[in-house]
Amino acid sequence: MTNIPCRQAFTETLLELAKNDKNIIAVTTDARGSVTLGDFAKQLPEQFIELGIAEQNGIGVSAGLALSGKNVFVCGPACFYSARSLEQVKVDVAYSGASVKIIGVSGGVSYGALGATHHSLHDIAVMRTFPGMAIAFPCDIYQTKKLTEYLAAFNQPVYVRMGRGAVPNVYSETDCPFVFGKANTLHEGKDVAFIGCGETVYHCLEAAKMLTGKGISARVIDMHAIKPLDVETIKKAAEETKAIITVEEHSIYSGLGAAVAEVVVQHKAVPMKIIGFPDENLVNGTSPELFKHYGISAENISQKAMELLTIKK
Amino acid sequence: MDWERKNDFILKVMDAIMNKEDLEKAGSLKVKAIEIRKRILKLIYDAKGGHIGGSLSSTDILTVLYFDILNIDPKNPKDENRDRFIMSKGHSVEALYCTLAEAGFFDKEILNTYGKFNSPLTGHPVNKIPGIELNSGALGHGLGVGVGMALAGKMNAQSYKVYVLMGDGEQGEGSIYEAAMAASHYKLNNLIAIIDRNGLQISGSTEKVMSLENMKDRWEEFGWNVIEMDGNDMQQLLTTFRNDIPVNDSPTLIIAKTVKGKGVSFIENKAEWHHKAPTNAEVEAAMTELNNQI
Repeated sequence: MTNIPCRQAFTETLLELAKNDKNIIAVTTDARGSVTLGDFAKQLPEQFIELGIAEQNGIGVSAGLALSGKNVFVCGPACFYSARSLEQVKVDVAYSGASVKIIGVSGGVSYGALGATHHSLHDIAVMRTFPGMAIAFPCDIYQTKKLTEYLAAFNQPVYVRMGRGAVPNVYSETDCPFVFGKANTLHEGKDVAFIGCGETVYHCLEAAKMLTGKGISARVIDMHAIKPLDVETIKKAAEETKAIITVEEHSIYSGLGAAVAEVVVQHKAVPMKIIGFPDENLVNGTSPELFKHYGISAENISQKAMELLTIKK
Repeated sequence: MDWERKNDFILKVMDAIMNKEDLEKAGSLKVKAIEIRKRILKLIYDAKGGHIGGSLSSTDILTVLYFDILNIDPKNPKDENRDRFIMSKGHSVEALYCTLAEAGFFDKEILNTYGKFNSPLTGHPVNKIPGIELNSGALGHGLGVGVGMALAGKMNAQSYKVYVLMGDGEQGEGSIYEAAMAASHYKLNNLIAIIDRNGLQISGSTEKVMSLENMKDRWEEFGWNVIEMDGNDMQQLLTTFRNDIPVNDSPTLIIAKTVKGKGVSFIENKAEWHHKAPTNAEVEAAMTELNNQI
């Protein structure tokens, strides 16, 4: 299948929005290529700011622009914006209330064999604890487009993570319901609920399909916003299913699973399994290889569901 | 020829009149700075602690900015054409709060809450307070944000200027040099940075902690105009900010040589007064000394 990466869906959407709104500014830190901002830079040079390899300054300058009324999208690798410039994100953006949109591309293990310097399996953990910081993980190009359009009118700091490669679509041009902070239930089920975000949503859906043949009905929830978290949808899943499995391209610590567990244990405890990347240096491999090796796959998700439901009985 | 001589004479007379006005202005600002220093001391005494040394070293700079240089309206602190001031050395917050209150950005009564539970005046600047642009206190942040504000001004064809006050110890933060590069790259001649060069940081002499000796050369190499002057001399401050900022395509750095703890002899030039609470007797002695300077 031919598809474009989410980052490209983002930049194409942003370019169209920016053509009609001079206040929209794209900032980058020597990452116009990896973000796919080349066309934006060529077509709207006066709305494009290059800051070189200087992520701290990238975020600081973006905060200054936003505090002066500009609608700023600062775009670069997720690994750097969520670590190198974290204090600027904490102080200049979140604490100072600068409505900067931080677009972290090639997030998670997208860079694969480039190694842990380029992975961002900690970003939910750090971003989530900054008051006022919203977090979004779009799962395909259609949701990315909707999200980008929404963020153009969003007056709050936000961190968005998207991957590097093209991913299978979960939604379609005509069927992509989007309310920021409201999770979509993509597959109904009453035995187990899968909650994913970003690229893992597709694998959750595939797992649900595999389980259907085995007589297990799995609910699939696309938690595109980690913050604000759709607490009601999680509570409902805890009430209406027997177990919850979260699946994320993030450390198993302090990510989506932890966020969901916080709701579950304080509302109605059901058995849970958190699928993500373990607390260790990862083996070398491409993004698909790492997904498979660490069990972010329909096979593993469905297997874990069966185990969890067996324990439950 | 007669006409030329006459014209020259008129210019000289005008100059003399201007100088007289400037001198009077400098004199009144000097008194204001002393009043602000007294308020800072009371504030820190009441709060049982504060960044006293750096607050006193930067008081003259803040006074000249807020009462002569900045195009600001305390009644309309969010005016989009206002000059921006960022207190990058956020620990000198006592000087900033006292100056803002003196300038009318908020009721002076609010100063009495400083250091008390639930006070709106946090121990480092917060932009919920009218007149404060950025939450600062983590060092090395102000210049980058200032670059963003100056860029926005250029993009919008607005004529406002952005002033960023940094500490000299703060110059150890690498993020400053990322911002310094961007400022000259984008020809931000609407950006004026000031270093409160008091020569001390929390552990002692800046030169012993991490040498800054060739600071002027470094910044010139980064493409900045650099002015060195006495940051506790009100006449020099007025002249520098009013007249000496070069009209070219470069951002300007003012290295303002100051005395840490300026105005109170037993606090001056002592690193241990970086953050400290004066005793009642010390405050009384300081007040007497400051009153004698008026």
